[in-house]
Amino acid sequence: MLYFYVGLGGVAGSLLRYLLSVIAVELWGKAFPIGTLFINLSGAFLLGFITTHFVGSKRVHPYLITALTTGVIGSYTTFSTFSVETVQLLESGKFALGLLYLFVSLIGGILLVRAGMKLSQQTKKWRKIL
Amino acid sequence: MNGILLISMGGFFGAISRFAISKKLQYSNSYPMGTLTVNFVGAFLLGLAVGLQLQGSLYSLVGIGFMGAFTTFSTLMLEAVKLNKEGKKKWYYSYLLGSYGGGIILAYSGLLLGKGL
Repeated sequence: MLYFYVGLGGVAGSLLRYLLSVIAVELWGKAFPIGTLFINLSGAFLLGFITTHFVGSKRVHPYLITALTTGVIGSYTTFSTFSVETVQLLESGKFALGLLYLFVSLIGGILLVRAGMKLSQQTKKWRKIL
Repeated sequence: MNGILLISMGGFFGAISRFAISKKLQYSNSYPMGTLTVNFVGAFLLGLAVGLQLQGSLYSLVGIGFMGAFTTFSTLMLEAVKLNKEGKKKWYYSYLLGSYGGGIILAYSGLLLGKGL
C-alpha cells in the first residue's frame, strides 16, 4: 500500500513540475532553464524543511510522510532534466550559461536544504516559547 | 488532457520505481547508492529519449512523467547535506562530484547514442 501512496505523490509532484515548467517557458522562453532551476531549488528547500519538521513526530502517519517526501517532492524535482539541459547548454556553445546553471543548482541546492532545516528548527523553538 | 494523463501515469510508475530501487540499494551500505543509481540511469535514458527526438505522447509519458519522477534532485541534495553533517567529508565530495559529473557524462552519452541511431 505504501508503494501506491508514493505513486500518488509521484502524480502530484510530476503534474506540479509540468505546470511550473510550462509557465516558466511562457514567461521567460527557452534560452535558460529557469523553470527546472526554480523547481529543483524550491524542492530542496521543502525537503530540508519537511524531513526536519517530522523527525520523531507521531502526529502524522509515517506513510503520509514518505508519500510527501519520496513521492511528491522526490518526483517534483528532477535530476535527469537538469543533466540533459546542462548538456544542451554546453553543446550549443552557451558554455558560461551551462556552467552557471550547474553551479547555481549545486551550491543553491545545498544552501536551500540547509535553510529548510534551519527554518524548521527555528519554528520548533518558537512554538515552545509561544 | 491526454498529455496530463500520460504525465500522471509516468509520474506514478517513476516514483514507485525509484522508491523500490532506493529501498533495495540504499541500506546495503550507508552510501546513498539508490539515488545515485536512479539518477545515473535516468540521466542516460532521458538523454537517449531527447537524442531520438521522442515527441508528443511518448515524450510526455517517458520523458516528463517517468524519467522526471524516477530521478530526483531534492533527495540527492538532502543526502549530501546529511553526509556533510555526519562529518563524512570524503563521501560528501565524492557523492556530489560523482552525481553531477556522472549524470552529465551519461546524459551526453545517451544524447549522442540517440542521435546516432
